[in-house]
Amino acid sequence: MSYGGILRKKIGIEHKVDAFLDLVSESGMIYRRGVESYTSNDLEAFKSHLDQIVDTERQADVLRRSIEDLLYRRTLIPESRGDVLRLIEGMDSLLGHFKGSMFRFEIERPRMRESLVKDLTELVHCVVEAVEAVTCSIRSFFKNILAVSDHLHKVSYWEAEADKLSTKLQTAIFRSENLELCESLQLSAFVRHVDAIADQAEDMADSLAIYVLKRAF
Amino acid sequence: MSLFFLSSGMFLGWSLGANDAANVFGTAVGSRMVKFHTAAICCSIFVLLGAVISGAGASETLGKLGAVNALAGAFVVAFSAAASVYMMIRLRYPASTSQAIVGAILGWNFFSNTPTDTFELTRIVMTWVACPTLAAITAIIFYKLAGFLIPFCKISLFRLDKWTRNGLILVGAFGSYSLGANNIANVVGVFVPVSPFGDVTLFGLLPLTSAQLLFLIGGIAIAVGVFTYSRHTMQTVGGGIFKLSPVMALVAVWAHSLVLFLFSSQSLEAFLRDMGLPTLPLVPVSSSQAIVGAVVGMGLLKGGRGIRWKTVGGIACGWVTTPVIAGIVSFICLSVLQNVFMQTVYDGSKIAQKQPAIIETIAPAAAPGHELPAVLLQQGAEPRS
Repeated sequence: MSYGGILRKKIGIEHKVDAFLDLVSESGMIYRRGVESYTSNDLEAFKSHLDQIVDTERQADVLRRSIEDLLYRRTLIPESRGDVLRLIEGMDSLLGHFKGSMFRFEIERPRMRESLVKDLTELVHCVVEAVEAVTCSIRSFFKNILAVSDHLHKVSYWEAEADKLSTKLQTAIFRSENLELCESLQLSAFVRHVDAIADQAEDMADSLAIYVLKRAF
Repeated sequence: MSLFFLSSGMFLGWSLGANDAANVFGTAVGSRMVKFHTAAICCSIFVLLGAVISGAGASETLGKLGAVNALAGAFVVAFSAAASVYMMIRLRYPASTSQAIVGAILGWNFFSNTPTDTFELTRIVMTWVACPTLAAITAIIFYKLAGFLIPFCKISLFRLDKWTRNGLILVGAFGSYSLGANNIANVVGVFVPVSPFGDVTLFGLLPLTSAQLLFLIGGIAIAVGVFTYSRHTMQTVGGGIFKLSPVMALVAVWAHSLVLFLFSSQSLEAFLRDMGLPTLPLVPVSSSQAIVGAVVGMGLLKGGRGIRWKTVGGIACGWVTTPVIAGIVSFICLSVLQNVFMQTVYDGSKIAQKQPAIIETIAPAAAPGHELPAVLLQQGAEPRS
């Protein structure tokens, strides 16, 4: 590969990283719409959103492999590529979590009580916002490192909100008199699974803060 | 026989290529920002250009320190310096070719009983302190500037990577040119007064003086050293003292190249003199010292915790031992060559007629209206014993 070729590939990789982050961002929106469809008993729309997120994840996987291949085979950003790969894999894992959560709804089909729907929808909103904030932070890491901190604090905020809602929901689930223990355990596991996405977003934000410090002048 | 005697100059050129090319492109190759072959080709071309076009300035000063006046003597001086540098390369320390050649010349001076021009020696030794200091200050200033400009201009990660790669090659080319201009004096400077060549025209197009022809041969030897032996040194220089980011590597090479250029540019010296400003001496400074100074400067800027002081200490010890070893080797080899092989290693009659260098250096530099006293100039014209 000629030197000019390497430079051309680098412009390509910039677009690929952008496209990959777009897919992660989109997957959050699809997830939110999917959960809303499920809680409103619109299973057809839910199925359509599930198919959409599977397709998004497949596209993201192709992009991730292509980015990894370019970074390692063409020795681009040799100093930062380890950190960049961890970020890309972390985002891919978040996307996988969205898909996994949707599949869990599809497989287990939990019965959502009317009293829990509002808080669950709110929890999903917080989780998606946390992922959106970390996506914006990572975009800034690639484009304008000074702007990373503008988004990082939002991740912590939404994660804390998600924790509060998760606790509230689990308390409501186990204190509800008209729920069997097995149902309570199933719903509680669902809530924890959704909340775990925000926790992972926060872990990524923490790693990103360190990567920014490493690159400080 | 003349060509055989020149072989030690070639050996020294090869050592310089193997050792000093790592100073220019080591950080770039070590950090995998530039491929070895790209670095080697770029370095070789620009070292040759620098040597042939601008090699004369620093050579004059080296000649003033001790004008080795016999070809066999020049052979020993270059060989001693080359052997010292080669030994340091084997020990994995970036040696200074400039210091090695100065040590070897002093060895010749002692052997031939030639009085050492203490003014020139002091000037050269002063640059051994000034060069790393100036490189460190330059690196700090430019790194601070980069630290302000890069975030201010919102340069993306991949674009910065692209610009840094381009910058490393451009600055590396400039560094190689400066290395050729400044350090060619170390390689063939001692042969200039006893050059066996006359003026030639290459391919009927390129007229070269006898000195330029020597510089060309020396430049080719440096290029061979770059290609055959610098790969390993380049790969180890990158993170030896302080772990450098690509931007830091770029700044280090820039500071190194700039300092080398300042100490070898005749045009800059003339410009400063015309402006009535103090000039920098045109002496062969050590590119190893320049790059180490630049890296340590940035390491200190970062708080100094990441600097491997043990390595820096080892390198600094090398800076003291290299000229001493070169001087001793030179003295012993001169003795062997003269007494065992019956070769003339110095011409006693020329030493008696040697022109003093101090007046030659000061007189043209004196500002208009501030002429040197006639007595001094008269003294300067007289032969020194």
